[in-house]
Amino acid sequence: MSAMNTQGRPTRPDAVVSADSAPATFSGNRALHLEEKLIFEKDSAGRSGVDLPEPPPVANRLGGLARGEAVGLPGLSEPQVVRHYTRLSQKNYAIDAGLFPLGSCTMKHNPRLNERMARLPGFADLHPMQPESTIQGALQVMQQLSHWIMTLTGMPAVALSPGAGAHGELTGMAAIRAALEARGEAGKRRKVLVPDSAHGTNPATAAALGFQVSGIAEDDTGRVDLKAFEASLGDDVAAIMLTNPNTCGVFEYDIRRIADALHEAGGYFYCDGANFNAIVGRVRPGDLGIDAMHLNLHKTFSTPHGGGGPGSGPVVYSEALAPFAPVPRIQKNADGSLSLVEQAAGDAAQAFGRVKGFHGQMGMFVRALTYMLSHGSDGLRQVAEDAVLNANYLKARLKGEFSLPYGDTGPCMHEVLFDDTFLKGTGVSTLDFAKAMIDEGFHPMTMYFPLVVHGAMLIEPTETETKAALDEFADSLLGLAKAAKSGDTDRFTQAPRFSPRRRLDETQAARKPVLRWQAG
Amino acid sequence: MRYLPLTPENRADMLATIGVAGIDDLFCDVPEAARLAGPVDLPKHAGEMAVERHMSRLALQNHAAGEGPCFLGAGAYRHHVPASVDYLIQRGEFLTAYTPYQPEIAQGTLQVLFEFQTQVALLTGMEVANASMYDGATSCAEAVMMAARVTRREKALLSGNLHPHYAETTATLCRMTDHPLAITAPRPVGADIEALAAAVDDTVGCVVVQYPDVFGHIADLSPLAEACHAAGALMVVVCTEMVSLGALKPPGAMGADIVVGEGQSIGNALNFGGPYLGLFATRQKLVRQMPGRVCGETVDADGRRGYVLTLSTREQHIRREKATSNICTNSGLCALAFSIHMSLLGEAGLQRLAAWNHATAVQTAERLANVSGVEVLNPAFFNEFAVRLAKPAADVVDALAEQGILAGVPASRLYPGEPDLANVLLVAATETVEPTDIDALAHALTKELAA
Repeated sequence: MSAMNTQGRPTRPDAVVSADSAPATFSGNRALHLEEKLIFEKDSAGRSGVDLPEPPPVANRLGGLARGEAVGLPGLSEPQVVRHYTRLSQKNYAIDAGLFPLGSCTMKHNPRLNERMARLPGFADLHPMQPESTIQGALQVMQQLSHWIMTLTGMPAVALSPGAGAHGELTGMAAIRAALEARGEAGKRRKVLVPDSAHGTNPATAAALGFQVSGIAEDDTGRVDLKAFEASLGDDVAAIMLTNPNTCGVFEYDIRRIADALHEAGGYFYCDGANFNAIVGRVRPGDLGIDAMHLNLHKTFSTPHGGGGPGSGPVVYSEALAPFAPVPRIQKNADGSLSLVEQAAGDAAQAFGRVKGFHGQMGMFVRALTYMLSHGSDGLRQVAEDAVLNANYLKARLKGEFSLPYGDTGPCMHEVLFDDTFLKGTGVSTLDFAKAMIDEGFHPMTMYFPLVVHGAMLIEPTETETKAALDEFADSLLGLAKAAKSGDTDRFTQAPRFSPRRRLDETQAARKPVLRWQAG
Repeated sequence: MRYLPLTPENRADMLATIGVAGIDDLFCDVPEAARLAGPVDLPKHAGEMAVERHMSRLALQNHAAGEGPCFLGAGAYRHHVPASVDYLIQRGEFLTAYTPYQPEIAQGTLQVLFEFQTQVALLTGMEVANASMYDGATSCAEAVMMAARVTRREKALLSGNLHPHYAETTATLCRMTDHPLAITAPRPVGADIEALAAAVDDTVGCVVVQYPDVFGHIADLSPLAEACHAAGALMVVVCTEMVSLGALKPPGAMGADIVVGEGQSIGNALNFGGPYLGLFATRQKLVRQMPGRVCGETVDADGRRGYVLTLSTREQHIRREKATSNICTNSGLCALAFSIHMSLLGEAGLQRLAAWNHATAVQTAERLANVSGVEVLNPAFFNEFAVRLAKPAADVVDALAEQGILAGVPASRLYPGEPDLANVLLVAATETVEPTDIDALAHALTKELAA
């Protein structure tokens, strides 16, 4: 008999029994791992979680098109709905809970002040088509954000409207296409050079605008192969789409030479700014010869990722491309008030058009500006320094057991890239390794990207982690690497064991797609 | 700096472990001429109170829609959003998660997406839906591109009564990709279904029609669907006010092949136009040409039901330049808000909300029809209708804004090239409009139009 407290409850278990041998529970739950049915499968007899009064009686003017059949929605009370989503939320990993080292995704802390500011009625309860006299504060937010973005990037123009990074790419490349049209060269210049290490969105964007994608190999340091690049230049080249720092986690130190050669050949330089977090406040892309670049406000400026959006992808333009920037734009009037230019006319006559409804992701603009004001010019510079420091620290801690695909030739930027050489012969794949990290309580790194490296593992810790958190992470990863090499294969191939679900059958999901619930 | 945890001692220790003398050594690959010696010319960091004060002052320079009567619509609608929606979407496990790339630890987001896809399919009357796009306008452009892939016909025919932002967004992409585009003239006095049906031929890949349209008209789309299908074209239906589908026959029941829409009006605030929620639904047989992320059901290694992102061979991270779209990040959190609000409403709540909207709009229209100088143009509508005023609508809107009344959206702001529409005003009335608001609008219009 174990010790009892005065209420008669045991204070210490008799013996620790392995969780693996625990009996199945009757409910299917396992303590805080709570199973949750689909909302359509819950007890739902005719309730509503919203009390609405009986509508005033009027003669229906629906033109004979009133809905005949029920939609098929369940009817739940508010407590049921709150519990449903609370339980679902508990099946997610999140930055709030732990380190989220997805390379090129910049999962940093999301300050809650940003959320509070975005919910001020003056921003959240503002209709996009209100008269200009009633929205001057909103236009000032957009103008101030533009000022911060242009100052940080050293670029003379910005389009705020794109909805996310890939949409920003589209908006940048569309301006390039419009500029080529204005030069009468759109028919001739159809080729866009895209390094093989690029994000998939780059070639997809070029193709979506009717360009032909031409790959460029990387050199033995993970950077653009200059010879291959120069050999592919010609009067058929519209642009290059280059990520810098690139997806191998290194800075393209020949970027000025690339820009100059490209401009000499009549092409434009699109820079994918997904990795701007590495250089914000320390390097201005405008000093590197680029013509257009998007910023992911949900990465560098910490508007939250929200489980897959919404993002926001403003694009900066060089003098050469600025006239072609899309509408809407903001204009300062003689009396100091601000206006929205919504049509491609007048000063905006060369605008290539519109990419989105209304004026862009205002809720994200408020969050990003709040973030920028909080950090200031000094804090943002510190962001880049600490992000790069943290990545290099992890590299230093891990490189003894992990394998660097291009050798240890110099510092990385904000993320460090490993390949799977260190797992060779162990029977453990990059995927297995990532799943074992889940059991260790970490979100895995980006895996199998960039494609140019075999079994890639791309780790981006961001600046908002403590040294202690990085050490804990490194210790776990080193432990895993040693376990893999010592033949403890089951730890990996059976992982994850402790997550709300174990490995899911993705092949079945794709072969027989079940994309919605159906009434049984 | 409250968001940056490293101490000077930490930094020194870490630099020593790395084996460099200082932070500058880690930036050695940046061309020397491009290395900034110090901070750029912007204000220094600030505490929460100072930042809050700055942002609050900007917010106060706006007239929030809820400060007075608001009759604005035209693709963005002011509805009451229950408190629990905003509470739940701010749970860190939803707010600060990434796209669910590791399904074992993202079942929350994935199940939400599966339920969301089901709700969208049910509401539109379609078979499948994706996990969301940026907004209604970009969904519309993507639908036109998808229809071209499905039919192998690049030409699209747009209704002139399609929201001009949607038409312009679509036109941008069509121009860039050399897809021919035709658009009918706007018709504020009634839907343009017949003109569209007459214009479909075997060169057209799709016809895009809005329901209810930008002037608020609703019309049976079945004859247009028949004309489209007889010509081998797809019918794409755009819905910018999803609450309407709680009261109206869904597009799927009228032969739509693709339904796209703006999901803002369920669960999401006005936010001055964004972030919003692009909806995209289609037929099961077309699903492999659908853009965007989609979540599917499967089982895990222990045989338990679970969810994953699937059909990713359509997507850019796998197919690169051969992908159906370049979209990556979409509108996950807005989709969550939509889904929670839908769950709270349920069948009875959604129908009642829709009925309440319609009743309010009918009352508003009846009241305005009695104002001298106002002509209601719609025989049928849901919660938004068009009126022709005796004066230019933009001037009237500005004058009423001075009195704290947001009277509606002047058609001239959406169609600046159409002088015939100068006096047309779009008026929306949702459940948030009170009888006193209708009185205020009627009185102010009476006075303004008589002046």
